[in-house]
Amino acid sequence: MTSYYDPQDLARFSEIGKDAPELAAKFFEYYGAVMAEGELTAREKSLIALAVAHAVQCPYCIDAYAKECLEQGSNTAEMTEAVHVAAAIRGGASLVHGLQMRNVVDKLSL
Amino acid sequence: MQETQPAPCPSACVGFAQTLAQYGLRLVREQTHTLQINTGLLCNQSCRHCHLEAGPSRKEVMDRKTMDQVADYAARGGFQTADVTGGAPEMVPGIDHLLTRLAAAVPRVMLRSNLTAITDSDREHLGLLCRDLKIVLVCSLPATHASQTDAQRGSGVMDCSVSALQWLNTLGYGQPGTGLELNLVSNPAGAFMPPDQGRTEERFRRDLQRKWGIVFNSLYTFANVPLGRFRTWLEASGNYEQYVARLTEAFNPEAVTGLMCRNLVSVDWSGELHDCDFHLAKGILLGGMRQHVTKMHSPPIPGASIATAEHCYACTAGSGFT
Ligand code: SF4
Repeated sequence: MTSYYDPQDLARFSEIGKDAPELAAKFFEYYGAVMAEGELTAREKSLIALAVAHAVQCPYCIDAYAKECLEQGSNTAEMTEAVHVAAAIRGGASLVHGLQMRNVVDKLSL
Repeated sequence: MQETQPAPCPSACVGFAQTLAQYGLRLVREQTHTLQINTGLLCNQSCRHCHLEAGPSRKEVMDRKTMDQVADYAARGGFQTADVTGGAPEMVPGIDHLLTRLAAAVPRVMLRSNLTAITDSDREHLGLLCRDLKIVLVCSLPATHASQTDAQRGSGVMDCSVSALQWLNTLGYGQPGTGLELNLVSNPAGAFMPPDQGRTEERFRRDLQRKWGIVFNSLYTFANVPLGRFRTWLEASGNYEQYVARLTEAFNPEAVTGLMCRNLVSVDWSGELHDCDFHLAKGILLGGMRQHVTKMHSPPIPGASIATAEHCYACTAGSGFT
């Protein structure tokens, strides 16, 4: 392996249950329920998942949800906009914490 | 008649035939009510997913004599539908003659259009002819977004397709109450499975209406078949193995009863018969031997076996290819 991330590991996700099967089962049940069609469509959920995958910078999830978005009929313009949503929230979250910085500075300053 | 002879199975089909056997299924004909007519490989586009490798430099086209033989067979065989495809049938000399003869021979004639050939300035009369003959148009549009449409079908195809659809709408195609059917076909723009047909139809309806005021009747989503130019691209891009594996794992036994080859027979530009257009692309003949339309007295009979091949998995993946 030449990298910390191996694309083949994506298909081995279920092995995460090896030493804690009950916890893994609970997680996969929850995961399945979250991603199932609900108030949001499967297509909308896969776009959200794609955006979150970029926010948490998970290459496995980017791989899986880029494919899933295509198979749900999303186009690359929608997928790119979803990535921008992730970027905007990440950027905005950093910037809004600037107010905490200001609060600290204000408290300490004359 | 030769139609009842069992079709020999090429070696590549073992996997598909075995899969059918595992489910206790056999691929045999029901009533064959559709005559699909491949008018040739000449096309103004060179789509990257084309299983026939059609394009501007292809010379294979149906001549007028064969057109008459095919139209005679359509009438003699009591077919319900004639499905005219290509290449771009609009470019075949004498296509007006074939369409006119078919319209007199069968209740329903369908013309597959890539949406760019039908609006070429010297072919607009074809749209008018189709309208007058009430021919059903089945038009390729992979996506409502230019990047995917142009990637599959060529640069500028999206703009041209939009203009063509708007023009067809002005002729009455796709409009309620006209009886002029305008159907769309969407193949995925790459090595992935098509989205759910019903949802995709809803999205296309909304997007095409909102962006360009276009209306249509129905949309069909089909997986790309790993043959011809699409297979070459799959291999060159390193996607072949995973794509075929994806089709295989998506095998849906319930799709087998609705497969188009159970109700359709495909005739090529020279008048030879095949079980379907994909077998035609691969050179697999109906019943394993050359059978010309002039020698056929009726459609293949119910119960006749159908040759299978690896590419059949594209027809049984998910909701199927009907
Ligand atoms: S490729 Fe599809 S349509 Fe042709 S014989 Fe196979 S299953 Fe039938």
